[in-house]
Amino acid sequence: MRNILAFPILALALVFQMAVLTRLSLLSGAADLVLLVVAAWSLQERVDTAWQWSLLAGVFVGVASGLPVLVPVLGYLATTGIARLVLKRVWESPILAMFIVVFFGTMICLILTLVWASLAGGNYPAQEAFSLIILPSVLLNIVLAIPVFLLVRDLATWMYPAEEIV
Amino acid sequence: MKDSLPRSLQTTIIFLVVAGILALALGGYLGPISNSIGGSLIGLQTWFSTRFAAIQNFVTVPRDVAELRQRNAELESEVSGLQAQLIQLQQQATDSATLAALVDFSRARPGSTYKAAAVIGRDPSPFLHYVIIDIGSNAGIRRGMPVVTDKGLVGRVDAVIGNAARVQLITDPNSVVAARLESTETDSILTGSISGDLTMQMISQDTKVEPDDVVLTSGLGGAFPPDLLVGQVLGLHQRESDLFQQATVQPVVDFANLEIVLVIVDFRPVDITPLLPTPFP
Repeated sequence: MRNILAFPILALALVFQMAVLTRLSLLSGAADLVLLVVAAWSLQERVDTAWQWSLLAGVFVGVASGLPVLVPVLGYLATTGIARLVLKRVWESPILAMFIVVFFGTMICLILTLVWASLAGGNYPAQEAFSLIILPSVLLNIVLAIPVFLLVRDLATWMYPAEEIV
Repeated sequence: MKDSLPRSLQTTIIFLVVAGILALALGGYLGPISNSIGGSLIGLQTWFSTRFAAIQNFVTVPRDVAELRQRNAELESEVSGLQAQLIQLQQQATDSATLAALVDFSRARPGSTYKAAAVIGRDPSPFLHYVIIDIGSNAGIRRGMPVVTDKGLVGRVDAVIGNAARVQLITDPNSVVAARLESTETDSILTGSISGDLTMQMISQDTKVEPDDVVLTSGLGGAFPPDLLVGQVLGLHQRESDLFQQATVQPVVDFANLEIVLVIVDFRPVDITPLLPTPFP
């Protein structure tokens, strides 16, 4: 059930991202709602399906995008890895943890994309990529981090209810 | 005493008194009296009327406020509905205008067959300038087909599934279009960039390029049909030390607001990869 629910939620996030968020760009950067969902989900303490969700999210984005599947898969898995690492260290401040994960996760995903795009022979000057895409995207993701975190936390609370103390 | 006057006499006296009063009234002799009495009565009626109206307002106003609030809510709801309808109609008018322009465009070029498609999304990665359209292989769309609007060239189909296709825009950093300057018939290549700007490269140094020169597809390489409008020259980067000069091109298509596009379905791109020279092992 918990893994099955990943399909509609991630698909919905991807559709919303492709239809709406990509049009609300800052310079050439855009928010990555799928990454935000993956990051927020991975930061929920009781969630034990974070890796499956990030793998599925990577496959979804890889299929819908012109990127090879491996690039988003690696990016989202790395984001989940950072989230799990951060969860053990700053667990008392989940919002701060979300900011940290979103910042580094976005950077890793976009730098991976930049590396692939440059290797594929495209016209991607690194300086322009940072100033026009990576930094604005990081900023947009950080702006959206809190609302997404709160929504995903409610979802996680619903799916993983706290055990009753007898 | 009771029977001292006969009944007929009483009637006669009453009649005479009434007739006398009427005669005095008609003669205008009762004016001051009737005025004072009427004024008093009117004053009294006004007093009662004012008090009654105040009491009536006090009793009935809350009910009226409730009714007015309900009516106001109904009207607000109606206004909201009409506003939504207005927005919908404006959207339909915009779509109709766009479709009319596309029909005009296709009629002006009867040599090609077009299929209209709506843009339903963009690539989730900000590094890639791709759009998703709502028709795919079920509608006869194939990889490599050029995509245009009534303004000019948009890109080409990059990937297709049954009911959708992904279109690589000419502004994509990986996009290369064989282009030419209309004024000088000079062939060159047009590349996209991260920022969405178009750059015309490999223009020979002896070619005279002017701002506002029109850029068209050349058809070389077989990826796009010739003579599709791409844009206008915006500026020139010329250095004597370089082998070629470059020009910045302003695209005619507004890529930020793409809504409906046309796919040229009877154009088959030519794959010239086998003809390209390969280095000897």
